[in-house]
Amino acid sequence: MDSGDIENGSGAAVSLAAVDVAFGLARGGVYRAVEQASLSVADGEFVSIVGPTGCGKSTLLNIAAGLRAPSSGSVSVFGAPLVSLNRRAGYLFQADAIFPWKTALENVAIGLDIAGAPASEARSRAETWLSRVGLSHFGDRYPHMLSGGQRKRVGLAQVLIRDPKILLMDEPFGPLDAQTRQIMGNLLLDLWQADKKAVLFVTHDLEEAISLSDRVVIMSAGPAARIIGDWKVLLPRPRDTAEIKLDPAFHDLYREIWAKLKDEVVKTYDMAGARA
Amino acid sequence: MNRKRLLGMQVLVAVLAIALWHILTSYAFFGRVLLDPFFFSKPFEVAARIVKWFREGTIWYHLGITLTEAMLAFIIGSIGGILIGFWFARKPVIAAVFDPYVKMVNSLPRVVLAPIFTLWLGLGIWSKVALGVTLVFFIVFFNVYQGVKEVSPTILANARMLGMTEQQLMRHVYWPSALSWMFSSLHTSVGFAVVGAVVGEYLGSAAGLGYIIQQAEGIFDVAGVFAGMIVLAAFVIVIDAFVTLVEKRLLVWRPTATETRV
Repeated sequence: MDSGDIENGSGAAVSLAAVDVAFGLARGGVYRAVEQASLSVADGEFVSIVGPTGCGKSTLLNIAAGLRAPSSGSVSVFGAPLVSLNRRAGYLFQADAIFPWKTALENVAIGLDIAGAPASEARSRAETWLSRVGLSHFGDRYPHMLSGGQRKRVGLAQVLIRDPKILLMDEPFGPLDAQTRQIMGNLLLDLWQADKKAVLFVTHDLEEAISLSDRVVIMSAGPAARIIGDWKVLLPRPRDTAEIKLDPAFHDLYREIWAKLKDEVVKTYDMAGARA
Repeated sequence: MNRKRLLGMQVLVAVLAIALWHILTSYAFFGRVLLDPFFFSKPFEVAARIVKWFREGTIWYHLGITLTEAMLAFIIGSIGGILIGFWFARKPVIAAVFDPYVKMVNSLPRVVLAPIFTLWLGLGIWSKVALGVTLVFFIVFFNVYQGVKEVSPTILANARMLGMTEQQLMRHVYWPSALSWMFSSLHTSVGFAVVGAVVGEYLGSAAGLGYIIQQAEGIFDVAGVFAGMIVLAAFVIVIDAFVTLVEKRLLVWRPTATETRV
């Protein structure tokens, strides 16, 4: 696929074109969250969106998921305009989203159950997926009996068992500790490497973004956040998220992107300070 | 404090209370008995009465009636509460229209409804069931309503992204959430079902624990009143233990305070 194709989005897995997002405020008036965002993710490509807190990264993800409609602009999925929920996408949320009243196994199997798969098949495939995320002996546990990292693994298996062509991830490893994040990052890369899906990964952690992605997109501070930068990450694959950080090329890229991102982060802090 | 010691101290409280009761009703202090046995009876008389009831077997009939009334009240009240709770939670307009009336009826002391129910449904068990239903219904209704309303938006969005239809959302998301809220109030609603039955019996009936107490009171048989109260209390404790058992089975997925992990 050449870059011209990616630009106009015709061959992309997901593409947002000139998307504006505005919220009506409770006391009247309009808050412009995102302005003129254009972004496309090619099939099999891993793209991260990085930006300061509150810049509307998650909002863009919700638009790609079809959970929210843009105020203006258009969204297309594999060339077709997106009108309701994005059926080709799986969504991994930042907060715990697995069902607390179902066991780990039932949580993983639910996507197949509701699609009408026979119970025995759903069960055996769920068991396979549980072992793929390293939880083969935890099938009968309820979410509250699992650690935060284990719950994320269940969530990942729950989404991937449906074999979505697009994976949307909203700071999925945000609440985890540093070591667990690294392990989850590697797990994600392994699973992605095996069966390349288009991934749109939102994070505020630039290191995480570079170590995982093929492309890193930077957003400016809100309100009226824009996409202000787009870098290709040409580091070799398969990668280990811990080791790749020692690579000099990683450092160069990090420094280059951070130089741009820093201003936006400072802007956000200044505004927060002015408000406080 | 370990279990044995705790149990020992709990028993000690009962023994002391009964001993005090016995002493104050049996022995004269400063020339007079402080608690007149005519009004306060004596622990041994009350115990003898309870033993007599169970030996003759008459009490089982009354317990059976009260239990039947309480169970019917619980089942009918719960089904009504679940249906209306779901309906209101999914149709905000209807909930808004009925809101003042729900509040009005719920604020009414249910005892005042008893004469109406007796007129409508007679002196049999159904007037007591009706009274219990008015108590149980609102507890279940409010909890189910809350349970459906308070489903985490993230879980809901996840369910939709996983491809659930409206019907599947009902079954896999709203229903378990509502049920968990309802079960968390199980003790209260079962307790109120018993209250409805006993109060109904007390106000007019021909059988049941409330009837026994009311009859004994009518002939100044204080030992009978106390015996009836103690049987009722034991009955409620047994039912409550059963509810705890059911709760543990059904809410196995819920963390208890001590084992919550992050």
